[in-house]
Amino acid sequence: MPSANLLKSLDYSVLQQCMHCGMCLPTCPTYVETKMERNSPRGRISLMRAVADGELEVTKALSDEMYYCLGCLACQTACPAGVNYAELFETARAEVEQAQVNDGMQRGFWRWLSLNVIFMRPWLLRLIGRGLRVYQSTGLEKLMRKVHFFGLMPRSLAALEPQTPQISPQFSDDIIWPEESPQAGRKYRVGLLTGCIQDLAFSNINRDTADVLLANGCEVITPRSQSCCGSLHAHNGELELARELARRQIDSFDLDELDAIITNAGGCGSHLKTYGHLLHEDPFYAAKAQMWDKKVKDIHEWLVQIRFRKPTAGAGVSEVTYHESCHLCHGQKVVSQPRQILNSIPGLVFKELPESNWCCGSAGIYNITQPEQSQKLLDRKVANLRQAGAPVVATSNPGCHLQIANGLRACGDHPCHEVTQPVTLLAQAYRAESPALTHS
Amino acid sequence: MPSVNPIDASFIQSLKEILPPDRVLTSAEDIVPYSFDGTAALKQRPGAVVFPLTAEEVSECVKLARKNNVAVVTRGSGTGLSGGSVPLSGCLVICLVKMDKLIEVDEKNLTLRAQSGVITKEIDDAAAKVGLFYPPDPGSMKISTIGGNVAENSGGLRGLKYGVTRDYVMGIEVVLPDGTLTFLGNKCVKDVAGYSMKDLFIGSEGTLGIITEVILKVLPRPTARKTMLALYDSMDAAAKTISAIIAAKIIPCTLEFLDRVTVQCVEDYAKIGLPTDVEALVLMETDGHPVVVEEEAAQMMALATANGARAVVAAADEAEGARLAAARRNAFSALARVRPTTILEDVTVPRSELATMVAFIDSVAKKHKLQIGTFGHLGDGNLHPTFLTNERDLEEMHRIEIALEEIVDETIRLGGTVTGEHGVGLAKKAFLKRQLGEGSYELMRSIKQALDPQGLLNPGKIFDPRN
Repeated sequence: MPSANLLKSLDYSVLQQCMHCGMCLPTCPTYVETKMERNSPRGRISLMRAVADGELEVTKALSDEMYYCLGCLACQTACPAGVNYAELFETARAEVEQAQVNDGMQRGFWRWLSLNVIFMRPWLLRLIGRGLRVYQSTGLEKLMRKVHFFGLMPRSLAALEPQTPQISPQFSDDIIWPEESPQAGRKYRVGLLTGCIQDLAFSNINRDTADVLLANGCEVITPRSQSCCGSLHAHNGELELARELARRQIDSFDLDELDAIITNAGGCGSHLKTYGHLLHEDPFYAAKAQMWDKKVKDIHEWLVQIRFRKPTAGAGVSEVTYHESCHLCHGQKVVSQPRQILNSIPGLVFKELPESNWCCGSAGIYNITQPEQSQKLLDRKVANLRQAGAPVVATSNPGCHLQIANGLRACGDHPCHEVTQPVTLLAQAYRAESPALTHS
Repeated sequence: MPSVNPIDASFIQSLKEILPPDRVLTSAEDIVPYSFDGTAALKQRPGAVVFPLTAEEVSECVKLARKNNVAVVTRGSGTGLSGGSVPLSGCLVICLVKMDKLIEVDEKNLTLRAQSGVITKEIDDAAAKVGLFYPPDPGSMKISTIGGNVAENSGGLRGLKYGVTRDYVMGIEVVLPDGTLTFLGNKCVKDVAGYSMKDLFIGSEGTLGIITEVILKVLPRPTARKTMLALYDSMDAAAKTISAIIAAKIIPCTLEFLDRVTVQCVEDYAKIGLPTDVEALVLMETDGHPVVVEEEAAQMMALATANGARAVVAAADEAEGARLAAARRNAFSALARVRPTTILEDVTVPRSELATMVAFIDSVAKKHKLQIGTFGHLGDGNLHPTFLTNERDLEEMHRIEIALEEIVDETIRLGGTVTGEHGVGLAKKAFLKRQLGEGSYELMRSIKQALDPQGLLNPGKIFDPRN
């Protein structure tokens, strides 16, 4: 083994906290699929503990198991003993990466290109985004699809091509000023995180977020050219890179001057709130990271906390249902707030989605790494959406948004034909009150 | 103990002739997660784990094990709390979770038929769809299997009014230790044809046979339920209330309590606004016809006040009921978070001795400087003293052992049992003879000897076999 056993150096009480009662099993999408213990949180923890105890080698099979896990954290909601599965799972993935049991040339190359190169460089990511936008908007994409260009690619890559997100014509920096002030009295000063995929594919949702903040008396500070928050790295066994990105995020805000730092992507928020732990051994950043954790708020959480103003106009949508991002509900325990926001909009009927907190299969890059299991979960979600019967589904994570939109599109005749986000509907409602109210 | 053979390569080969290879697990990564069940600090790695889909496949596996003198441990979802499905080193684990067909809900006969691997909650959900009710509700019902419930004779929160799993089993299909497949019982309410053999297998903890299918009795679902919460400054007052309620000819469906330590842990964890200076918190529920429920609830509240409750509240509706029940629902979670290891005990005394027993447990905790939170079922005397500890602290673990001995002796002295609903398994094995006495202990061993002379089914559980 190249260096210290990460699972061994982990505080053993985190592993020991699992009392193997089995309450996580029925909430785990992979266990429910296979009914095999190794595919359950309890089973995976026992494997990690066996590695920590020196009873089990770090093997390819172990690595496969850690990557079969969605990391949806539904088990954390179910766990009576409060096991910190997120930390265990990140450590275990880092362990298998360190042991290099999974290395193939191709896997290594793609990991390096995405984790070490693209997602470490905000300018490069956005450059790629611009290129993709040109490709999509000039009709080149249609042409390539027409001539079956993707038939020439390896099958696994070709299957992913239709899932490429539609790139926004403008990114967040183009449509949100570095500082925007509310028209009426300023009550709070908040930082806004624009994300990376969110910024490329959903900059309009960042605009909507800024608008609802402004409408609620928040001055909004949005640093330029923001980095990835590092959740992608932490979840894929690259803890050092994740630390580097965490430091960058912290440095891009003046924490003392802000009441809160707002995130609108469930997956990012869940990770952003754990910088304190991630950097706890960093002498310079440990204290800052703790303060950071206290200030990071999911947009829905923040709006309810400051008693957001109920809109007086509707959002132009009659019925909506809500899919919960795993890392919003299980990771951040933000469950009732998005529903409160949807319920506050006049004329909007809210319908519960069966299994609303069951993973949609997007799970970061899971739909790329485990397409088969991801598709099964998407099918389940699409069937539940059919049962809910609402024409619009709201969610609050770019991965879920894209995944569900793809699933519905593939369906053709689905009664649900639009994916949106709670903040977008709230912003639409505020705008409908008086179009001039929100922008400064 | 009669010697058994660990699984070897040729045995695995033979298993793969009975079952497709994807239902025979042998690699370390696959079988390490089957080394334990829900019991603290017990683990042993099996030699192989198999997933049959039919009773015939189970029978073939048992016959093969018998031929090769290999021990067999049956398992459902592995949520047991007495080590009943902890494997023996190198044994064969037969895991029944994939035998998960719910075969029939018979509304005419009020029965339900299911394979052993069906989840308990799914049984009650299926019954509820047609207005019926399967009452036993063990704490793990969201994942425990019905086969495991029958094999362990599981209890739950509704014991006083509705009884336990045994009271709902009308028939079982079972694979005997020699591989014979047989059905015991039927859908008849009355049946006196010969010995009641099914009863022998209920609660036999996988030592006499492997249950592969069950016929269960179901009841009409109660149409109303009322939840109440009472707080007490003394455990005696709480116990007196319960006696008064029962003397008033009311049988509530739920009478649960939390002691002071547990209430404090719940408040620390869930912050539901409970006063932390109470000696006992009691959750009461009555269910049935709406008119009767209203009347009984009013009477129960009056009795609680008359017997010294500091405060009594009733829920206006189901949602508020759920909020009141949160304290009890969070009890175990709250305790489990305090220390790395949680040891959940299960001693049970006659209802009249409950206050004495709770006070005794408290004194034992003080004497041995241990953290013990006690909660449980007031209505049926079933207590769950919960030790909060760290299994790596051997000195403290030793003190727990002594404390447990004292608690067990007091339980037996008061006419109680060492286990009300978790089973004997490995955890209570040492105390069984003390409770039963020589006669009935040997009777049990004779039955085991007669049915399983090779001692291959779950050997070493409940008791050690005769040499």
